[in-house]
Amino acid sequence: MSTRVLVPTGALGITFDRAALARGIAAKPDIIAVDGGSTDSGPFSLGSGTSKYSRAATKSEWRDLMLARAEAAVPLVIGTSGTCGTDATVDWMFEITRELASELGQHLKVARLYSSQSPARVAMALAAGQITPLSPAPDISAEALGAMSNIVALAGAEQVQAALATGADIVIAGRTTDTAIISALPLARGDHAGAAWHGAKIGECGALCTTNPTGGVILLEFDREGFTVEPLVENACCTPHSVSAHMLYENSDPFILYEPGGHLDVTCARYDALDARRVRVTGSRWVPGRYTVKLEGATLAGYQTSILAVLRDPHYVAHAQKWADELHAFLACQIAQRMDLDDDAYSLEFRLIGMNSALGHMENRSGEPVEVGILGLITAPTAEMAEEIGKLINPYVLHYPLTKDEELPTFAFPYSPAQSERGPLYEFALNHAMELDHPMQVFRLDVSEVGHA
Amino acid sequence: MPRLGDRVLKVRSKNAGPFWVTVDVFCGTPDAFEQVRHELRTEAVAALFQQPSQLVKRFDIAELNVIKFSFPRPVVQGARTDRDMHGAQWAILLAEFLAEFLVRP
Repeated sequence: MSTRVLVPTGALGITFDRAALARGIAAKPDIIAVDGGSTDSGPFSLGSGTSKYSRAATKSEWRDLMLARAEAAVPLVIGTSGTCGTDATVDWMFEITRELASELGQHLKVARLYSSQSPARVAMALAAGQITPLSPAPDISAEALGAMSNIVALAGAEQVQAALATGADIVIAGRTTDTAIISALPLARGDHAGAAWHGAKIGECGALCTTNPTGGVILLEFDREGFTVEPLVENACCTPHSVSAHMLYENSDPFILYEPGGHLDVTCARYDALDARRVRVTGSRWVPGRYTVKLEGATLAGYQTSILAVLRDPHYVAHAQKWADELHAFLACQIAQRMDLDDDAYSLEFRLIGMNSALGHMENRSGEPVEVGILGLITAPTAEMAEEIGKLINPYVLHYPLTKDEELPTFAFPYSPAQSERGPLYEFALNHAMELDHPMQVFRLDVSEVGHA
Repeated sequence: MPRLGDRVLKVRSKNAGPFWVTVDVFCGTPDAFEQVRHELRTEAVAALFQQPSQLVKRFDIAELNVIKFSFPRPVVQGARTDRDMHGAQWAILLAEFLAEFLVRP
């Protein structure tokens, strides 16, 4: 028996080719699996428990997938719902699903898989020695865990299988590994375990494993010996190179991938072209191990205000670093005097766009830019303090002179007010694994019926 | 002076999770792979990214003509002092690596 998994896109919210999706449905998949998130765009989504993608984009793409699911009459699974996979974003996705079920006249059984962890639960595991730091890991304590705004555990195949076993038409999962939503069904049906995880890794970014990454849709077929991957977008091909090279992508080790309950080893995998479009992969190995799940957490690290000015005067452009350093020292005194704040009570940083704003001290090139952008970043314990500092420094960022005897310069502010509230700053605070007695120990399932009866 | 990027197909970088960054050198041909593999020292790459070389993992993958370097991010993704959320611009440093620094075996 083989298992066909249709992957419409690497992430819900970045669109996909509708004609290719229709070809995928015609190929009679056993399940449709789509990833709803990742840590790609930074800690804000997890910190705030909100989706990075717009609700409108998410809803319009989910509508097409719900229609495709109804046509194929197979389960539709989304992993890491709402970018970060917290309970709040699972419920956000559930609400969208409920609206669509009504609008489309569908009656559905929906399973929600929750991955959020209470700090107290994780602290208990920490005290019991069930938390292992991965490399490199921030230091943690019960107090540090308590300060995190959100903690999620990455579910594996077993938890997704439990959700599918409820007979759900749609599974809305919280944080899962990128691969688990794809590997779950092939593993449950007894397909080759190494192939299930390897194919899942190859397919998790949709068409990134093909020669035309933009179309999104691919079909994975798993069996007892290996898997086959096929792009469904016209003029896209899978080649042994495009497929095997995907193991490099966002992976620190291109041969080993850790998952709950073991690891995948592709050192001896063979990639063979079946024809010009399809690749067959065999020889991947699954090595069972302890049942651990990875944890992700985010902590509020303050509130930010930013300010942007542009230097175009060639004299200032030529001495931009000196200017920024002197301005910074001057502002530290002003903030200390007028706000009674030591410089460890807040942070102020100037990044010179056009010089080294992307690479900082690693930058080894210099040139003569036409203009230099001055991006000031203020971080403070409260939004009010960050805003107040932004307002205080505003006139100096606009007018600070390089020399005392010159006429007061005025630089270019692109907008009014020059300072912008950036809101809360979150930081990733966990890179740890938690040992479980059984896979569902820290995950929860909720099954409900939605739509027209 | 030729740069590494002129001699290979592509150099790309990306986060591998919030705590790691990985840099892939796609050499393009077996000849370029063999040449760059011998000339590009891990220590030199570590110095370019200002990392201790013992933290830099290296994979020479002949099947793909790829040399891959992975190391812990000196600043965790999205932390206050992070300058490149996706770590994708780091590749340019290696692509611009001057061939004069490449060491002949």
